[in-house]
Amino acid sequence: MKDKKFSLKNPALQSILTSLLCIVLGLLIGYIVLLMINPAGAGTAIKTILLNFLSRSSQAAQMKALGNTLAKTAPLLMCALSICFCYKVGLFNIGAPGQYEAGACIGLYAALAWHLNWVICLILAGLAGAIVGAISGALKAYRNVNEVISGIMLNWIMLYLTNMILSGKKVKDPASPYTIKLMSGNKGALIPSAGLNALFANNKTVTLAIPLAILFAILIWMILAKTKFGYELKATGYNKEAAKYAGMKEKQNIIITLAIGGALAGIGASFLFLTGYQEWSTTQTSVPMMGFNGIAATFLGGLHPIGTIFASFFIQSITDGGALINKSVYPSQISDLISSIIIYLCGFVLFFKYALNTWISKRDKGGPNVNDVPVTNDDAKKEGGDK
Amino acid sequence: MDAPYAIEMVNITKRFPGIIANDNITLQLRRGEIHALLGENGAGKSTLMSVLFGLYQAEEGVIKKDGKEVKINNPNDANDLGIGMVHQHFKLVQCFTVLENIILGVESTKGGVLQMDEARAKVKALSEKYGLHVDPDAKIEDITVGMQQRTEILKMLFRDNEILIFDEPTAVLTPQEIEELMEIMNNLRAEGKSILFITHKLNEIKAVADRVTVLRRGKYIGTVDVATTSKEEMSRMMVGRDVNMVVDKEPAKPGDVILKVENMTVASKMHSNNAVKNVSFEVHKGEIVCIAGIDGNGQTEFVYGLTGMEPLVDGKITLCGKDITKDSIRQRSKLLSHIPEDRHKHGLVLDYPLEYNMVLQRYYQPEFTSGAGFLKRKEIREYSEKLEAAYDVRSGQGPITIARAMSGGNQQKAIIAREIDKDHQLLVAVQPTRGLDVGAIEGVHKNLIAERDNGRAVLLISLELEEVMNVPDRILVMYEGEIVGELDPKKTTVEELGLYMAGAKRNVDIDANTPEVEESEVIDTAAARKEEK
Repeated sequence: MKDKKFSLKNPALQSILTSLLCIVLGLLIGYIVLLMINPAGAGTAIKTILLNFLSRSSQAAQMKALGNTLAKTAPLLMCALSICFCYKVGLFNIGAPGQYEAGACIGLYAALAWHLNWVICLILAGLAGAIVGAISGALKAYRNVNEVISGIMLNWIMLYLTNMILSGKKVKDPASPYTIKLMSGNKGALIPSAGLNALFANNKTVTLAIPLAILFAILIWMILAKTKFGYELKATGYNKEAAKYAGMKEKQNIIITLAIGGALAGIGASFLFLTGYQEWSTTQTSVPMMGFNGIAATFLGGLHPIGTIFASFFIQSITDGGALINKSVYPSQISDLISSIIIYLCGFVLFFKYALNTWISKRDKGGPNVNDVPVTNDDAKKEGGDK
Repeated sequence: MDAPYAIEMVNITKRFPGIIANDNITLQLRRGEIHALLGENGAGKSTLMSVLFGLYQAEEGVIKKDGKEVKINNPNDANDLGIGMVHQHFKLVQCFTVLENIILGVESTKGGVLQMDEARAKVKALSEKYGLHVDPDAKIEDITVGMQQRTEILKMLFRDNEILIFDEPTAVLTPQEIEELMEIMNNLRAEGKSILFITHKLNEIKAVADRVTVLRRGKYIGTVDVATTSKEEMSRMMVGRDVNMVVDKEPAKPGDVILKVENMTVASKMHSNNAVKNVSFEVHKGEIVCIAGIDGNGQTEFVYGLTGMEPLVDGKITLCGKDITKDSIRQRSKLLSHIPEDRHKHGLVLDYPLEYNMVLQRYYQPEFTSGAGFLKRKEIREYSEKLEAAYDVRSGQGPITIARAMSGGNQQKAIIAREIDKDHQLLVAVQPTRGLDVGAIEGVHKNLIAERDNGRAVLLISLELEEVMNVPDRILVMYEGEIVGELDPKKTTVEELGLYMAGAKRNVDIDANTPEVEESEVIDTAAARKEEK
């Protein structure tokens, strides 16, 4: 009884519990929606979403599908890290999609027009994202423009700028709205697989991007928890005035934070487009979902860089699983609908955490808890007694 | 209606995990009296009031109104029983007018349209009856703290509350406003209202209260008549030992000049004019200089200019012989420690643990950060534990306590420990005892004098007259951004100091060479400045 109460107050366990609760609720509501549309196929459909790659028939096909999911998890994780990092510093980087677009734009342009190596393309993509992030940061630091507003506007500016730049002769396939495939355009710009493809039924899109993204997660966690740099950034996020009082350059810190967030999202984009998994469509008119799903992954991951690794994989997995739903039973939009319901519920983690804490404190307050009285009595005597 | 008590809290016990906040406490408020509730920070005053206000439920004990037992489960119940409270931090909507704030929650409407005329008439009648002068159409953000407080009082009266709780109402007021508040409280008592007055300022209890109930560390110590009890006795009841009300100190032995401020001018953030105008003075090694003045006469801006938080419009600051006028905050902090005015806004990162706050000024130094940029967490933990022990900083969980969860007095002690322990030649202490109880104030004053005796220069900025008279070796009075007087605390009186603070008198004048008071008390800064040039 006592142990249970103490562990419920443990913030790490709380994060995990509330995240799981969100997932269960999301699935439940998704299931109800499926039932309402067509009760007959609902069970199979929700199973397909959950199982994703496991619903394939052969083991080879399963591994290949898992590889695809992992390949898309890497960029999602980078976007989630971008948002998580900024959030820890008190900034809501909803501009991650714009930074992601900038990364895609420069990464692909450098690969196809300048024929550069993948490492350099990756760095340039990161720089592009950083610059877009820094614009929001500078506006926030010097003109007190809310980063959410400038971020959303930059998302659209960057989308059409990217469409325009990637429609250039050197980078766009003349026969389709897509950019030229890297396989034919510049093989050197493909992120190497380094043997990882062999593990996933020779899925060539499984590349170094995946371990690199996990390394970035660990790096971000280390920076935030262990370094002087992280100490300064978090202090700025918690209390800008106290940071200034302590001699920190609080304006500079805001810009640096959003620039780092931008770099992460920018590199995230090249983790997708430089694997050859897909090409950029120069006619798209909506901001890529990757950046927004990163928000859900951040919260589902308990605002912890390591937690976002698992959360990103889960969100990518149900998104891919949703695509496998039998389209003859359900309309084709169902996959997006169900995964967005689940992702939407993932955003409620903080709410559930709050509710849980309210419940705990209410239980502590409400009426004398017989088990606790002797213990608290002794403790209080130790503290409260006269010396 | 024959019961003598308007409200009674009998044998109240309230426990929190690990601590008994209220241990069998009895508080009886007579009808038409001002009853003070006295106790140190963390003595359980706020918890007791929260029980009365329905924010917490007591495990044991009963609450009686007019002799009848009542249950108070939430603030609405308290309201229905006629209990109102002025919180220490006002609960007002900044962009609403005074009138809108007063009627908030009890608006009368007709067909969905607010009926303001009736409310306006009632507010007007109330403010005349009790001498509460506030413009009902002024916006809260435009009026002084004193007027905001009057708005809070009107809010209670508008709801016909009979039992009024004032939670440390004078902490934010100027001496004049405090006097006005005392007058208002007297008026309220004369009209038959019963008042609970939470405070730890003995002078104020002496001035208005009829009886006082003293709490210490969650326990009930006693209820006494104010008229027959001396301040010394009350403070002994409160802290459990004799408190030295007079600050003990040797005469100062001033040495070399540590801080030299010349013609400092700082712009105001609120208005277009300058908040600090042409201020010049020196602080020597081994002395405490106090800048006295009523709140809002440029002290805050002066400190911002001195510590580098705001740029100077004009002037020069020399610290230990080095021109620091253009230096950053970080550069200045090598020689200068700063106990800030607002400990929540500037002094602490409230969401950081205590140990991280203890190194807020030093985290980047090799002692706490390795060459590779990693924090040395073990060293930080040990350093925090060392400071906590040395300065008696108490907290629930030691170094890992989140600063927000600590009491105000201990937060302040942590800041003082941090600022005194770091290398410095000048300590700038801005209202270091604000909101602290007698015992803690004594400790802070001892720290300041020890600083002085250790050969540091101390610049104290204070609004508390008692502190201004007792702690420093020299007093500079600031009025409307200028230094208008320099006084010797041993030779001056509170009345004279008050005249300088109110701008009615000055002995330092830039244009006039003949000061109004004795030569011996005056240092003519203008003449000194001419010599410099």
